[in-house]
Amino acid sequence: MQVSVDRDRCCSSGMCVTNAPEIFDQDDRDGLVLLRQTSFRPDQFADLRLATELCPGGAISLTESDAISLTEGSAISATESDAISATEGGA
Amino acid sequence: MTTTPIAPALPVPAPRATGCPFNPPPAYTEAAATASVTRAELPGGAACWLVTGYPEVRTVLSDRRFSADVRHPAFPFLLPGRREILAANPSFLRLDDPEHARLRRMVTGDFLVKRVEAMRPDVQRIVDEALDRMTAGVTGADLVTGFALPVPSLVICLLLGVPYEDRDRFQSLSRTLLSNESPLPEIARAQEELEDYLGSLAARKREQPGDDILSRLVARDDLTVREVASTGILLLIAGHETTANMIALSTALLLDRPEQVDRLADPAALPGAVEELLRHLTIVHSGLPRVALEDVELDGTVIRAGEGVLAMLSTANRDEELFGGAGHPSVDELDLDRDARRHLAFGFGVHQCLGQPLARAELQIALATLFRRLPGLRLAVPRGELDFRTDTLIYGLRSLPVTW
Repeated sequence: MQVSVDRDRCCSSGMCVTNAPEIFDQDDRDGLVLLRQTSFRPDQFADLRLATELCPGGAISLTESDAISLTEGSAISATESDAISATEGGA
Repeated sequence: MTTTPIAPALPVPAPRATGCPFNPPPAYTEAAATASVTRAELPGGAACWLVTGYPEVRTVLSDRRFSADVRHPAFPFLLPGRREILAANPSFLRLDDPEHARLRRMVTGDFLVKRVEAMRPDVQRIVDEALDRMTAGVTGADLVTGFALPVPSLVICLLLGVPYEDRDRFQSLSRTLLSNESPLPEIARAQEELEDYLGSLAARKREQPGDDILSRLVARDDLTVREVASTGILLLIAGHETTANMIALSTALLLDRPEQVDRLADPAALPGAVEELLRHLTIVHSGLPRVALEDVELDGTVIRAGEGVLAMLSTANRDEELFGGAGHPSVDELDLDRDARRHLAFGFGVHQCLGQPLARAELQIALATLFRRLPGLRLAVPRGELDFRTDTLIYGLRSLPVTW
């Protein structure tokens, strides 16, 4: 699971923080989205998907990693793969 | 540019059904059941499109090919003539990027989720004090003037730096501005008076700044006085009218569904319960206006560049596929345990409600505290006599007589 945020598209609605407070934050200086984590646990995937779907500015991009199929699929290896590929994009 | 009408255009705004004050007008529900996009006719005869489907409403509100600029000649109005008044000094709600983003970003810092979380004790105190005043020595009151309106008015006054003593003036001017039945000269006068009021308040704050939004805005050298005033009007009106009507309508609805009230007492269920109330009531009920800047196809219908659109949040929020499903009653029923988080009651796209974290906190605290402190709360008039506000851009109740 790869996540990037585009701060130019962020409109500071706070939807991401409301729906996934462990993962997202708002910058004290400019109110724009920040990622609090760069690796995600499988139990956070649902929140992450919801926050992406409901971001009103389309500022969050999620790439469902195909690591599960590439790495013969245990949940643990998928998580490790996510940790490596997580990125913080945008500004 | 014209499009050949297939069926007669649906006149908007359509009335709600008698006895169903919490459901969208049947004409909109029927239109939504037939197609996602319906030809409509605005008061005064201008054509526009009524967009009723959830995915299509999301597209209209988030796709840059639809403009929110009130100065566009085809921008749809439910009250013909309002254009000249609003186009003179539009707030960022009625502008496109980059003008919109420039102004909105000057106030986003005041509504961050963590700022609002830090304000919760203040909101709780305001709620408790309002209830103390409303209940002192009496066993009945009008919940609108005693509770629903004072709570958000006090909160936004605190944030903006507007003296609460001026509430009669700004509440009455706000209502004139929002009503589709106000005579145009009155709307123009109300707009001018509010601009003068906030402009002179801001000028005083330039001399004697406080820890509030108006003081921070007027201290900037990249904002004109008129921009400070238009932003102030937007925050003042959006800050008190919407939440006040949500508190009053939610209370009226919950008094009709007493078996669900206990969900408000469960801290784990409370946020979800408020999302469901937001979905079910959708008080921004007459459609968010936009204009197509290019030809856009929506669910098989081509909306031409230069045509007006009303994005109907209320029908989108009754999407059976999204909000219904196994184990839950129909989307037309209130179900405080429903997962309603995908609702569009705060809009969508870059104009989505800036104050939504504050609105959520106020609604959660106000409703939970009201029903906890007044467990015997009930209507003081027959249900059929409730006085709903249908003529305004924001749905609500003029009064809500209750006893406890």
